[in-house]
Amino acid sequence: MTEAFSAQKYLRDIKPPFCAGCGAFTVTNVFLRAVHEQGHENLDKFVFCSGIGCSAWIPSPHFKADSVHTLHGRSIPVATGIKLVRPSVNIVVFGGDGDIVGIGLSHFIHAARRNLDILVIMVNNMVYGMTGGQVAPTTPFKTRTTTTPYGSFEYPLDAAKLAVTAGACYVARWTTININELKESIKKALNMKGFRFIEVVSQCPTAFGRRAGFKDAGEMLKWFKENATPIRQAEQMSEEALDRRIVVGEFTERKRLTLVETVYKTIEEARKVEG
Amino acid sequence: MKKHSTITCFWQGNEACAEAAIAAGCRFFAGYPITPSSEMAEHLAKRLPQEGGIAIQMEDELASIGAIVGASWAGAKAMTATSGPGFSLMQEGIGYAFMTETPIVVVDVQRAGPSTGQATKCGQGDVMQSRWGTHGDYTAIALSPNSVQEMFTLTIEAFNLSEKYRTPVILLADEIIAHMREQLTVPPLETLDIVNRRKPKAGEKAFFGLEEVPPMPAVGEGYNIVATGSTHDEYGIRVTADPIPHRRLVERLNSKIQNHADEIADCETYNIDDCEIGIVSYGCTSRSVYEAVEEAEKRGTKIGFARLRTLWPFPEKIIRKLAESAKAIIVPEMNLKQLFYEVERVSCGRVRVLPLNKIGGGELITPEELLAKISEAKKQ
Repeated sequence: MTEAFSAQKYLRDIKPPFCAGCGAFTVTNVFLRAVHEQGHENLDKFVFCSGIGCSAWIPSPHFKADSVHTLHGRSIPVATGIKLVRPSVNIVVFGGDGDIVGIGLSHFIHAARRNLDILVIMVNNMVYGMTGGQVAPTTPFKTRTTTTPYGSFEYPLDAAKLAVTAGACYVARWTTININELKESIKKALNMKGFRFIEVVSQCPTAFGRRAGFKDAGEMLKWFKENATPIRQAEQMSEEALDRRIVVGEFTERKRLTLVETVYKTIEEARKVEG
Repeated sequence: MKKHSTITCFWQGNEACAEAAIAAGCRFFAGYPITPSSEMAEHLAKRLPQEGGIAIQMEDELASIGAIVGASWAGAKAMTATSGPGFSLMQEGIGYAFMTETPIVVVDVQRAGPSTGQATKCGQGDVMQSRWGTHGDYTAIALSPNSVQEMFTLTIEAFNLSEKYRTPVILLADEIIAHMREQLTVPPLETLDIVNRRKPKAGEKAFFGLEEVPPMPAVGEGYNIVATGSTHDEYGIRVTADPIPHRRLVERLNSKIQNHADEIADCETYNIDDCEIGIVSYGCTSRSVYEAVEEAEKRGTKIGFARLRTLWPFPEKIIRKLAESAKAIIVPEMNLKQLFYEVERVSCGRVRVLPLNKIGGGELITPEELLAKISEAKKQ
């Protein structure tokens, strides 16, 4: 590191669209800090893909880099095409919980299964924020949202556990109060190959917090602080005791052949047979 | 295919399309199995890796069209192939490709719909979907082959048009043409006219405007591309509320195709300037028209026909010409009147337009049925 960190260096001069207190500011800052600490002077080595939703606007058009802002839920398929054609680029997908594990869930599972070489950063604010605060597949049970005025009657999805089961090489979950852990996690993931997934439980004071009973962003951060439970500790706890807790930490770290490796190996084999 | 002189082959339509894609420079295919287009995925899964290309089976059609859009932005010529239900699922992606000016080729091998319909049987019911399938104002390019030979030549044309205009192009085939095997001639590959997208010159930054068809860089080349399906300015920066950039963008995207409709229009015509009865047909249905015309002429009726290779943009001038000379125009289709209304619209009441429709079981409209319609048209 030769100079002090400045997020502005990596950002276009466009006013960010996020509400006051939004976790997207934290995620942007922590990601760019991780990139800075890895010695990247710019974002030329990256291609960012995102879908639709507030979190998809973290890179697009704000990062001074190639960014493809795709359809709702389809950032991972588009990333698949880009990565296979240009294996040399580092692809980072940013998306919200609705985008990645709601409408785009099947692509998430299949990309982990294929071990597609991308890093997916899912900003989980537990709600559809951009559309005004509707229930999401990640909304905690009995939470009030605009489409669950009597409280959600469904159980939320554990995206991190799912990613482990589907075959991801690296899976971690943090909240927006765990900024150092998150930064180190991003740095580690950027140095790895294969499908990597980092979930950031994040506050949406506007569309989630105020209906769920939080006065402001600060109260939500306090909630994260009180309920974030390290994974090693969680492993010793009963299901009842874990109710409403946010399990944080690294869920898996492993190596297996990546999609880029297997696809290009296939091309080599096909050409040998043909030749 | 290795270097060769002109060769004569006996291929299936789907095979011809797949080989043509490779000849056109396609190096990325993503698809999801669906009858009657699956042979294309199977053929390309074998052939593309031999050419250094990639063929991947995705989890669904939404992912397939997403992957080819990504591949195209990474600099590859890319294609997917599907049929009715899958084509429906791809519509949002087609709109995205149109809005982001991403060259891709989507092959829809039509079968009998709606819904699952008759999956193995031919239909021509996706004609209007290929024009209006996605939401919002857009202009489609859709080509309609009527032989295995044209599965080859029009696939190359589809890639060329998509690269030239930076837009998705639909090859609207049908089950009969796609599954039929017949003889075709494959010219030496180096003699084919292949169009490649225009790349930006150093310093160029307006990848989404100023010119009718702006240059297209690839991601990973240091251009800092901002691609978005939201309304954007000429640099790709999202503009979510201002009316002017939206008008400017969407009007340009439509007019860049509409202004060249006559260049794009490709028709086989016969006696359109001087005929008693006209026939407008496309795809497999046109194969019966040839025989019916021959027979009708033997019986002393002067027939003129327009057989459309380009369905969209609709070749209005040619149809108008036919409407000026014929006293009636017959539009045979394996659907319940889709292109019929378009012919009627362009004819502007100058001529009677008679539909001839048949659906179900993959049954073609026969030359006899056409001849009966010709007699009926003459009597009125």
